[in-house]
Parts: sequence; C-alpha cells; structure tokens
Amino acid sequence: MSNISRRKLITTGVVAAAGLTGVAVASRVARRYGLIPPDHCGVYGPGETLDYAAQRILTAHSLAREFPRSMISKSPFANAIAPPTDLFKRLQAGGFSDWRLAVDGMVAHPGSFSLSDLKSLAVRSQITEVVCEEGWSYIAEWIGTPLAEVLNEAGLLPQARYVVYFSTEPDTWDSIDMSDAMHPQTLLTWGMNDGDLPVPFGGPLRMRVPRQLGYKNVKYITRLTVTDSLKSFGKGTGSVAADYGYAWYAGI
Amino acid sequence: MNPVIPRHSALVRVTHWITVLAFFALLISGGEIVISHPRFYWGEVGNVMTRPWFTLPIPSSRSTVPTGYGFVMPDQNGWSRYLHFQAAWALVLTGLIYAIASLRSGHFWKHLFPAPAQRSWHAFWKVIANYLHRAPPDEADARSYNAVQRIAYLSVIFVLFPLVIWTGLALSPAFDSAFPMAVNSLGGRQSARTLHFFVSGFLVLFLMVHVTMVYLGGFKSRMRAMITGRAAPSRERL
Repeated sequence: MSNISRRKLITTGVVAAAGLTGVAVASRVARRYGLIPPDHCGVYGPGETLDYAAQRILTAHSLAREFPRSMISKSPFANAIAPPTDLFKRLQAGGFSDWRLAVDGMVAHPGSFSLSDLKSLAVRSQITEVVCEEGWSYIAEWIGTPLAEVLNEAGLLPQARYVVYFSTEPDTWDSIDMSDAMHPQTLLTWGMNDGDLPVPFGGPLRMRVPRQLGYKNVKYITRLTVTDSLKSFGKGTGSVAADYGYAWYAGI
Repeated sequence: MNPVIPRHSALVRVTHWITVLAFFALLISGGEIVISHPRFYWGEVGNVMTRPWFTLPIPSSRSTVPTGYGFVMPDQNGWSRYLHFQAAWALVLTGLIYAIASLRSGHFWKHLFPAPAQRSWHAFWKVIANYLHRAPPDEADARSYNAVQRIAYLSVIFVLFPLVIWTGLALSPAFDSAFPMAVNSLGGRQSARTLHFFVSGFLVLFLMVHVTMVYLGGFKSRMRAMITGRAAPSRERL
C-alpha cells in the first residue's frame, strides 16, 4: 500500500514538474512568436490566449469567406451609433471633402490622407459577412483601400507590431496585430454595395476586418497609430472594448 | 473488512467533474449571450431587419432588438464570451484526455459499448420497463451501466459533444476562414447558430434526465461512486 502511494506521489510530482516546465516553455515560445494577446492578464487570460494563439496558427494566411453578389443582404442592419459630434457634423456638411486619415507612430513618413488620396492609392472590394457578437449578421459588398497599402505608403518600421485605429466617436478606438493589418481583406472602407459608404454603416471611413467580429470594425476612422506595444493606450488591453471587458481578439 | 466494489476509475471521476464545471459555465454564459439576440434564423444571414425563424419570448440585453417588453436587460456579453471560450477549452481538452485514455484502456469497449447480452431491443425495453415500473435497480446496476445508460452516454460523448463543438467553432469567423466547410456544410452561419442552440438544448435534456436517474438510483451511493470511485455492494449497505 505504502509502495503504491509513494510511487503515485513521485509520478504526480514528475507530472506536475513536467506540466509547469511545459507551461513555462510554451509561454516563452508564445511570447517569441507573438501569440500572447494584450488582454492576457486576469481570470479569462488563459482562454483568450488560447483563442488568439490557436487562431493565429490556424488562420495565418486564410481568407474570410466571400459570397456571390446574389447573396448581398437586401436589408442590412447598421446597428446603433452614438450621436454625431460637432466635428463630424461639420465634416459631413462639407461632403467629407476635409476628412483626413492621419498615420503616425512607427512609420518612416507620418502624414495624412484625404479620402481621394486613399481612392487613388488602391481600390479593392470584397463581398463578406458582418458578424455581430450578439449573433446577427448580414452580407454586403465593401469597397475600400487595403490597410496594407496605406501602411506601406507610410513606410512601416521593422519594430511595428500593432496598428491602433481611432474614431470620431468619443472614446472609441481599437487595435489589430500586423497579421490582420497586412491581411489582403483588411480594408479602410469608403464604399458599400456600389455606392458611398452610408454614415450609419460607418461612412465615410470604416475599418473592415472580416475575419473578426463586428465590434473590431470601428466606424469613422480618422487616425492610425503604428506601435510596438499597446501598454500606453487606455488601460493597456488593446482596445476600448477590452477595457470594458470584451475580448481584444474577436475572431471567435 | 467492508466489502467495496471499485466502480469509476480516477480518470472518469476527474474528467466527469471538470466537465460538469465547464458545462455549467458554458450553459450560463451561453444563456447570457443568447439574451443579447433571442432571435433565431436559418441560412447564412439574419438580423432585426429580417424575419426570424423563431424568437424566444424573453427580453433582450440590447435596445436594438424588438422584444415587446419595453425594457433592456443588463449587458453581460463581455465576461460571458470570455468565460464561454475559456470553459470550451477546458471541456475540449478534458474530453481529449478522456477520449485518448479511454481508447487506450478499453473503457469505451468494456464499459460503454453495449455488452453482448444488452445488444437487443428486448434488453433495451426491459430496462425502460424497469424504469417505468420504478423497480429498484438490481445488483448489476451498481457495478456497471445498463443498455439504456450505455446508449445515452455514447450518444453524448460521440454525437452531442462533437456536434456542439462543431456548430460552435462554425460561429468563429476566423475558424471559418481556415475551414469554410465547417459552416457551409451546416447551411450557413445562422443555421450553425440555431443548431448550436438546439444541440445545447439536447445536452440540457440529457443533464436533466441524468440527474433524475442518479436521484432515483440512489443519490448517495451514485454520488459516492463518482466521487470516491467505490460502489456499495448492495442497497442495504448504504
């Protein structure tokens, strides 16, 4: 009896030690390959880290599903928006001709783009589904300029790891990693279903990240900041959503 | 010496109770997420501008959903979504350990696959009849599973859990980008969501029957078996 329990004790000890070593090694490897999300602290850190790491490995180069034109939703749902600010109303009155997208942070040439600058840089379109974390969805054609083209134009510095994007809506900003920022389907969207992007849907400029849920697709983008760390933004969890308890990584 | 019969292995007991915890976490958080949009659709898309297939008669936690209740429940989706996925990882990893260890030990074959004497409708109906007559469980029931239990457990392990994981993964836009067939084969995103809801319902149904049967079969002895691993030799020895 005592032999068995001693053996059990040793086995348990070895398994526990191996487990701890495994976790330590895994966390080093994960850090090195950028598999740790900014909101990895706290009770739900392990789940969030597993979500982010697993999907980064599985979906490194995958494209969001695209749909035939016939599947474009006849009645898309714009969702609620905050009342427009005075700045927004002024820009809207001018037909958004003075809308600027500032690009700063870890780029060689900080600067800003007008909507027509963006349109002359590159145009891509995709028919993809907007998926809300609540459960509803709709399909639309999204026309815009790939974020990658804008970042390349500004000249990414090698230490760049995240792109933070800011909205005119008060206290609204979010961020994505370089894998999503350079993804061919990530568009700074200014058109929808063959027309201008309507204001309720985020016009004149919306970040479209079709491999993530709706709340990462922030409306009314006016500024991009390229950074190597999200610690100095808000509470350091990578987005306002995460500061309010919503996962930073929203691919699930 | 007190005669005791070994009943459940340590692996079965530990994985059972982790699954219980994870399942309750998934159920509560899943319920909270449903409240934010208690409408269900079939096909690829669906939202408040389209007609639902059916609607749960409950208020919603979002003001954009028309429910007719005139008030909005508190939004709990942030922690609910975090908890849902964390519990899902716990459940899937526990399930993997259980499945691999059970394949190696022959647990599925020895304890869950119906034994030769149980492989008939007659044996199956006999168990059902015993249940309906509220006959006390016989001696063998304390040591091994009867035909109905085996079919129920195998269905949960090999049908309902894989289905709920599949329909759940199909709701991840990133997962679908790598494996589009996961959602396309279910008839679209909204179909996957509706199926996820139904399969969860079947799991809850199983849970209710399971707990009822544990209660009828002798709550103390069944719980003792799943906690300590030992079954009492007969009802008199409880």
